[in-house]
Amino acid sequence: MKVGVVTFPGSLDDVDARRAVTIGGNEAVALWHGDDDLKGVDAVVLPGGFSYGDYLRCGAISRFAPVMTAVVEAAGKGLPVLGICNGFQILCESHLLPGALIRNDHRKFVCRDQRLRIERVDTPWTSAYAAGAEVTIVLKNGEGGFVADEATLDMLEGEGRVVARYLDDNPNGSLRDIAGISNERGNVVGLMPHPEHAVEDLTGPGTDGLGFFTSLAEKAFA
Amino acid sequence: MATVVVDVMPKPEILDPQGKAVLGALPRLGFDLVTDVRQGKRFELQVDGEITDAVLAEIEQVAGTLLSNPVIEDFEVHVEKHSVAEVAHEAGRA
Repeated sequence: MKVGVVTFPGSLDDVDARRAVTIGGNEAVALWHGDDDLKGVDAVVLPGGFSYGDYLRCGAISRFAPVMTAVVEAAGKGLPVLGICNGFQILCESHLLPGALIRNDHRKFVCRDQRLRIERVDTPWTSAYAAGAEVTIVLKNGEGGFVADEATLDMLEGEGRVVARYLDDNPNGSLRDIAGISNERGNVVGLMPHPEHAVEDLTGPGTDGLGFFTSLAEKAFA
Repeated sequence: MATVVVDVMPKPEILDPQGKAVLGALPRLGFDLVTDVRQGKRFELQVDGEITDAVLAEIEQVAGTLLSNPVIEDFEVHVEKHSVAEVAHEAGRA
C-alpha cells in the first residue's frame, strides 16, 4: 500500500515515519502541508514534531493547512489516518478525534520507553497486534495529557475506542491512562507515543512499534 | 480603526499546569495572598471601520474556530475603548 506521510513546517519525525512505513512493507510517499493533493495514497500518517512551533495551541494552525482539508475529507470516506504525537494533536484540533491534549500535569517534557496495552485491534493500524498485547515503545512529549469531558470518556470506553493505554506510570496526566484513541469507524487513530521509533533493534527499545506499520500490509494481503 | 479583544481561558475543570507553576513561584517571592492562578491568552485584533454586530459576529467565529479550542477553553470578546495605538499616542503627548 502507498502510505503518505505529511511534512508540516516544524515536523520532526516525518523521515522516521517514512522509514517505518517502508520497514513495515509499504511504500512511503512524502506529502507536503501546502498541497491539497494526497497523491493517490491508501493511508496517511501525520507525524510527530512541533508543527508551526506549537504556536497558539499544538496542532491548531496545522489543522487549517491545505493538505488537512484533503485528509479530513478522505478520512470521512474511510481513508486510514494515523496521527502520532503532534499528529494526534492535529487530529483532535481537526475534530477527527474527540478530546484534546494539554500540557503534562507535572509540567516537564518526558522522554522514555513506555509500556502500553493495545486495546483496540480491529483498526487498519493495530490489526497486527493481539488484543491486550503489552508493548514498549518510545514516548516523548510536553503536551501529551489527553483530556475530554466525562461523557466523552465514557463514550470512548463504551464503544471500545481506546486504542492504547499507559501501563505502569501515567507519564503525562492523561485521563483514564489513555495513550491513543480512534474514531467510531476505526480508520482514524491518534497515538501519543511513537511507534515509528521502535521498529528496529539497532535503535530504540525494540521492534514493538512495527505492528502499527505492518497492519496495513496484512490488511492489503488478507 | 478599532481594537477587539478576545480573552481565552482554560475551562475551570481543565487542569492548568502553567497557572499552577506561577502559583508555586509566588510564595517563594514572599507573595502569600494569592490562592489560585489560571493562565490564559489575550488577543488584540485590529479592525477597520466601525464595530457593528456583523463584525462582532465574525470575531466570535474567529475566536471559536481558531483562537480557542472549545473542548478545553472558553473565550470572551469585547471592544477596547481606545486602541493600543491611540493610548500610545496620548501617552506621547502627555
